[in-house]
Amino acid sequence: MVPVSHMLFFSTALFFIGVYGLLTRRNMIALLMSIELMLNSVNINFVVFNKYLWPGQLDGVFFSIFIIAIAAAEAAVAIAIVINLYRSHLSVDVDDAAELKY
Amino acid sequence: MTLAQIVFYLLATFTLVMAWLSVSARQLFRSAIWLLFALVGVAGIYFWMEMEFIAAVQIVVYVGGVVVLIIFSIFLTNQSGDDMPLAGMRRRIAAALAVLFGIGFTALLVAGHSFTASPEKFDNEVSRIGYAMLDTGVGGYALPFEAVSLLLLAAMVGCIVIAIKDDGRGKANKETSATPEK
Repeated sequence: MVPVSHMLFFSTALFFIGVYGLLTRRNMIALLMSIELMLNSVNINFVVFNKYLWPGQLDGVFFSIFIIAIAAAEAAVAIAIVINLYRSHLSVDVDDAAELKY
Repeated sequence: MTLAQIVFYLLATFTLVMAWLSVSARQLFRSAIWLLFALVGVAGIYFWMEMEFIAAVQIVVYVGGVVVLIIFSIFLTNQSGDDMPLAGMRRRIAAALAVLFGIGFTALLVAGHSFTASPEKFDNEVSRIGYAMLDTGVGGYALPFEAVSLLLLAAMVGCIVIAIKDDGRGKANKETSATPEK
């Protein structure tokens, strides 16, 4: 039996790998991939808590299912925005889309 | 060490290595492929926990849907071949420091808390999830289920509206999009 804390260490590491990608990448699609990693690590946490700490409940499982559904919708909208941005700026770099910044 | 433990640590290491390659690969397409393996590794973790339904959803939605969408968008934006520019040294060091601090802090919090696994066994009948999803009473998930279906519809319509090509009806719009300001 693997201790619950080891699973949480694993999901922590996965989350911060996503944070590292989010901080270092400048390409919008790469940023989206980092966000997917972070959402996955949160899902693992929910499922672990549900299965090992409160086996009588189903809330963790439902949270993960809804997070997965919302992540899919988010990815689709983000990619529509990226494609539109590529059409108008010919680039998907976040630093090239700074018109609203100043 | 039992076989189950060995399998868990192998799966966790595999997933972390793939995730690291995904955030550090120079080519965007390779990055997407590493992400695919990382998501398969997470699905393996769910299988290891005997949460077959979540594992199936993970494979169908993430591996089959989101990654394919990402690969499509990489090809649509014509950059599958070129290397991405590396972030500056200062930014990488600052990011690594922030990440190490975050991992240390969270690991300290997790290690300081004693998680005692419940002696009960989790009943992973899929029908239990199905009944809870249709339950309108206390602890039921009928309302969030309907809300997610509305959200998916809104996202679908929104994607079409955002990504559709202007066919000349919005003339001012078309002129600005035809001349990229770069």
